[in-house]
Amino acid sequence: MLFPTTSPSPEPPRVVITGAGIVTALGLGWKLNADGFRAGRTAFRPVSLFDVSRQRAKQAAEVDLPVALPPTRLSPKQSARLDRAASLLLLATREAWQQSGWEPTENLPLVLGTTAGGMSLGETYFRQAVQKPRHHRHQATRAVHYQPQVQARMILEALGFSGPITILSNACASGSNAIGHAWELIRYGQADRVLAGGYDALSELVFVGFDALQALSTTICRPFDAHRDGLALGEGAAVVAFETLESARRRGADILGELIGYGTAIDQHHLTQPHPQGSTTLTVMEQACATAGVAPEEIDYVNAHGTGTVLNDSSEALAIGAWAGRRAATLPVSSTKANIGHLLGAAGAVEAVICLMTLREQWLPPEIMFETPDPACKFPIMQKPQDARVNVVLSNSFGFGGVNASLILRRWT
Amino acid sequence: MSRVFAAGMGAVSPAGWNVGALREALEKGEPLPMQTIERPGWEKPLPARLVSNPTTRPGFLAHPRLRRASLITHYVVAAALEATAKLRASRNSKYRLGLVVCLQAGCVNYSCRFYDETLKDPATASPLVFPETVYAAPASHVAAVLENVSLASTLVGDPAAFLQGVSLGAQWLEEDRVDACLVIGAEETNWILADALWHLERPAILTAGAGALCLSRNPKLSAGVALAAITDAHTYSAQNNRTRAARAMRRQLGDSSPRDLLCDGVGSGPRTDVPELAAWRDWTGPRVSPKRVLGEGLMAAAAWQCVAACDAVAGGRFAAANVSLVGSNQQAMGARFEAVA
Repeated sequence: MLFPTTSPSPEPPRVVITGAGIVTALGLGWKLNADGFRAGRTAFRPVSLFDVSRQRAKQAAEVDLPVALPPTRLSPKQSARLDRAASLLLLATREAWQQSGWEPTENLPLVLGTTAGGMSLGETYFRQAVQKPRHHRHQATRAVHYQPQVQARMILEALGFSGPITILSNACASGSNAIGHAWELIRYGQADRVLAGGYDALSELVFVGFDALQALSTTICRPFDAHRDGLALGEGAAVVAFETLESARRRGADILGELIGYGTAIDQHHLTQPHPQGSTTLTVMEQACATAGVAPEEIDYVNAHGTGTVLNDSSEALAIGAWAGRRAATLPVSSTKANIGHLLGAAGAVEAVICLMTLREQWLPPEIMFETPDPACKFPIMQKPQDARVNVVLSNSFGFGGVNASLILRRWT
Repeated sequence: MSRVFAAGMGAVSPAGWNVGALREALEKGEPLPMQTIERPGWEKPLPARLVSNPTTRPGFLAHPRLRRASLITHYVVAAALEATAKLRASRNSKYRLGLVVCLQAGCVNYSCRFYDETLKDPATASPLVFPETVYAAPASHVAAVLENVSLASTLVGDPAAFLQGVSLGAQWLEEDRVDACLVIGAEETNWILADALWHLERPAILTAGAGALCLSRNPKLSAGVALAAITDAHTYSAQNNRTRAARAMRRQLGDSSPRDLLCDGVGSGPRTDVPELAAWRDWTGPRVSPKRVLGEGLMAAAAWQCVAACDAVAGGRFAAANVSLVGSNQQAMGARFEAVA
């Protein structure tokens, strides 16, 4: 029963990560992405998925999907129904699933964050309904598979497990919220294992929307740079396999890292603008530290939300400065949106996996195009590839609507 | 584990802009009159039950955040204010309010409008409309209106996900992260949603609105109703179709007195209703089916079921009420609400 629940143990279990999957424009899978982020590679190119000739911005970080999806338990007909977003999700989930070494099971929760779900199917539905209203072919299928919970069900079918599906849609904080929610499910005794992550594909509506807001960069996405002029969009997915430390040890699993802190709150300042002083950002970073039992001095790297917009980065910079205090002067910070763009509902999950990479492989991801720090930045932005001793990292995500989230991950040794 | 109480309910439906109007329509039991929605390219419009404008302009519409907000946000805010009326009247401004907004289709009006503008000329698509297309917009607006919201999330899913929202709210209360939690299910009508429903279940009559439950652990705030149970989410799969999932939900809810109320989700159409009717075939007690009266309101309809169940118990008409939610494409879930002294 979801309610009433059994009382959680007074000492919540430690929650570790034993599988991680990632798909971004840098490539499919951990290795290609780790190599790319470590070197500070960028993955932007002219948009090919839809016409952008009438837009201010012309570039995005598109994923090169494989010609055929890897074999799963889905029939060819079911596989053909997966749109771009569901395909990204499938690839990331499959990698995490295989790495975890889990067997098909019942009652394995899947928690996902997304902002757009199957938006491309929704767009096709709309176009056909308007342009060919008497043509109904495929419309019913589109109406069903557009919905994120149906896409999630396809993932369950593909990999052969079942369990409750939770879809969180807190705009660009969705991926972090999904990971945080999964962590809480285990800590509060509602599950021993959870798959969690986020996904979003590029779509015309969303691209035009950000362009209409003049939020897209027409030059180069340079988070925290004094001359930044906006964000760049990307697409992708990331999924992690969470389990209790006890479960992982019992089966001798390879532990990739540990999630130790999570904070989330809502900023009521504005639908699309953060509070100028970053007050809610400060709150969630403090919450995450409190749940993790660590101080800012113990954080070795911050993967910032860092979209590259004027308002976000100045607000976040002030919050990081206030939160870190004296530590700010030497605290390495970067935004990997400089490499792969803003992945919206996938961003928090993808950035959590990037944090895992830094912990596992002991390097920091640089922003190679960064030149001039914004005056609000009291911390150094990583500009060059470098190896580093990284034990504890913090990742920020904030969304339209005001939901903010911070995650803290720890190296597993 | 402490108890979780319903501290207030709110509803906007084609019956009207409060729980009283919903109660009256359900007690009457007659399907509300239908209106129509024009569909581009068709002479014949689609049937729908629309939410009439309130008789007087609600004061909350003067809030600056609601200037451009879509109808779904108006419904959410109205239901939220009704459900939290007692809470807001009885507490100082220090209480921490959680907010869970549950949606299936979400902000379809502005999404359609913005994509229509995109197809006509993307260079002139309105930057004012785009932010209102995101699922998180209604939660953001209602949080701004209520001011005390410290924790918020938007859940997307089929209508049974409303009970996932109630479960999340109860969890936040038990973890003492909030002092009260508002759980809202909402939808708005639009031609494309009516068109999609026509493709999936022709007899269904699309409708819209919102339902809200305010949960609290404080017995003094109780409306006389406690949350007794929420079943697991019985997710559909190749091995667990809707019929099996509905039966599993029914089994997990356990035996009920035939004097209890069953608030079910049938009334959308024969194909959709079959699994739920089968799961409750042996039910001999009183039953209310809001969709038969109001129409297919997706997540709003799920919320109305819970609001109607709580209202019936709070009003002393039943000692307990079961809610049955056999969702369209994700899961079957059930809940039970009981009277408290």
